[in-house]
Amino acid sequence: MLHTLSISELSAHLAARQVSSVELTRHFLARIERLNPALNAIITLTAEAALAAAAAADHRLAAGERGALLGIPVIHKDIFCTDGVRTSCGSRMLDNFIAPYDATVVARLKAAGAVMLGKANMDEFAMGSSNETSYYGSVKNPWDITRVPGGSSGGSAAATAARLAPYVTGTDTGGSIRQPAALTGVTGIKPTYGRVSRYGIVAFASSLDQAGVFAHSAADAAAVLEIMSGFDPLDSTSVDAPVPRYGAELAAPAAAGGPLAGLKIGLLREFFDGLEARNAALIHDALAVFRSLGATTREVSLPHLPLSVPTYYVVAPAECSSNLSRFDGVRFGYRCAQPKDLLDLYKRSRGEGFGAEVKRRIMTGTYVLSAGYFDAYYLKAQKVRRLITDDFRTAFESVDLVIGPTTPTPAFKLGAKLEDPVTMYLNDIYTIGANLAGLPGMSVPCGFVDDLPMGLQLIGPHFAEGKLLNAAHRFQQATDWHAHAPRGYE
Amino acid sequence: MSGSEKCALARSFRIYMSLTRQDVEKIAQLARLSITEPELPVYVTSLSSIVDFVAELSRVDTGSVEPMAHPLEGQQQRLRPDVVVDHDNHEKYQRNAPSVQADLYVVPRVIE
Repeated sequence: MLHTLSISELSAHLAARQVSSVELTRHFLARIERLNPALNAIITLTAEAALAAAAAADHRLAAGERGALLGIPVIHKDIFCTDGVRTSCGSRMLDNFIAPYDATVVARLKAAGAVMLGKANMDEFAMGSSNETSYYGSVKNPWDITRVPGGSSGGSAAATAARLAPYVTGTDTGGSIRQPAALTGVTGIKPTYGRVSRYGIVAFASSLDQAGVFAHSAADAAAVLEIMSGFDPLDSTSVDAPVPRYGAELAAPAAAGGPLAGLKIGLLREFFDGLEARNAALIHDALAVFRSLGATTREVSLPHLPLSVPTYYVVAPAECSSNLSRFDGVRFGYRCAQPKDLLDLYKRSRGEGFGAEVKRRIMTGTYVLSAGYFDAYYLKAQKVRRLITDDFRTAFESVDLVIGPTTPTPAFKLGAKLEDPVTMYLNDIYTIGANLAGLPGMSVPCGFVDDLPMGLQLIGPHFAEGKLLNAAHRFQQATDWHAHAPRGYE
Repeated sequence: MSGSEKCALARSFRIYMSLTRQDVEKIAQLARLSITEPELPVYVTSLSSIVDFVAELSRVDTGSVEPMAHPLEGQQQRLRPDVVVDHDNHEKYQRNAPSVQADLYVVPRVIE
């Protein structure tokens, strides 16, 4: 079955002409048609353009060209601008917005011969942890359609878990790749801030936003990240540093003391406070696997980490209120009917175009930045952000990477946390720290609780994506949690 | 500590008052958001609980800590040569505009 093959296997099949890109594309389009109605993971299907791109990829393959992603289908989170294709960001505000250019991530993958099948559902403007704030309705978790897939990249995660594409792009501002990856049993990586260009990604919180990828294994994620990453003059915070050959690093032969000999892993003490015993046991089982592979483990403490949620819910809304001021009903996006004056046009276009959670975040941000409150909230949060970052720096003086659970619990029921925003926010307690410090983070499947997948999170120092991917890859060679598919989607 | 316990704790410190109806109306005005009458009490409650929740930060000793605005602080802001690289794409961009006349964005009259 084509949807069970890895990216390298698909690439080999395409190179050997055992399958064409058009056949592969038709296979995944048929799966989307059959399986997506129950999931609502895909909100725009670009079947015609996909078949044309696949035919073009087949020409390149026939001419002898080779590439890790050439002719392989992809789905993009609907936060990435796609030239000529609606880019809604899950919002009524952009329901009619046809992007006039490609995001750099999209352009890079397109140049590599990726075939876009469509766009994935998401929390509105990437604000949410359950994919229930989308204007296009909630996404269902393929492991149990009465549960959430996580958010904000919930459509990307559900599409990956349901094998609707070999890999799917996402973005992560406070956990929006790692948390849904954990809740849907797939592999997800958020690289270092600045590693992947933010150009053409609808901005939420500019000092935290970073793009990454969902895939079925660390090896697949490595192949994609290698192509997504790299310097982009169009993003002022893009980092001008060479991109390592992540894929090649994973293929390196194992050292004498085991494939992870010499690797020092820190277990995050704060992540186990109040964690249910069955969930903690899965992490300890994973640690035993890492030790069997030659790694050493020790406990590390990040004393300020419990403050990451309140810090984030000052910094992110502040940046969001500033970024989303561009939606004014004048140049693009939703405009209210019959505005009586300019102020009315602004207020009603924004009031009617944005959903409840987005308005809540804009107002939180407006409040913490307003005269008289700036020092008490925003400046204070920026100071605590440094304390959290310093904790990580200290930890990385004694260990190479830190691990812990990705989420406190497996996927929760649809609607369970909609009433109280603070309860919803606390779901991101383990993932936010990496965003505040700009660190690379990754989630890999590590077992099941009540038949629902749980994720193991790995966080490394800046630009340690290679180390994370390698540790995750060796873990996946020794375990098969990542190979499980939800029933009905095998 | 659960979220609600944290809120209760923050409230007991009485550092910040929860928001009033008038506060939320003022914030919405600053943010240029129309809020309907039935929405207003919902925002008063939820924004108050968020403000109480983040008030926990006030208990942290940050004495001489420098605020951190950017996760990669060592990085210098780049400058590029001052040459024109953008092309005129206004026709393409204005296809997304709600109202355009003679290549100009149309808004309600602002000057009498």
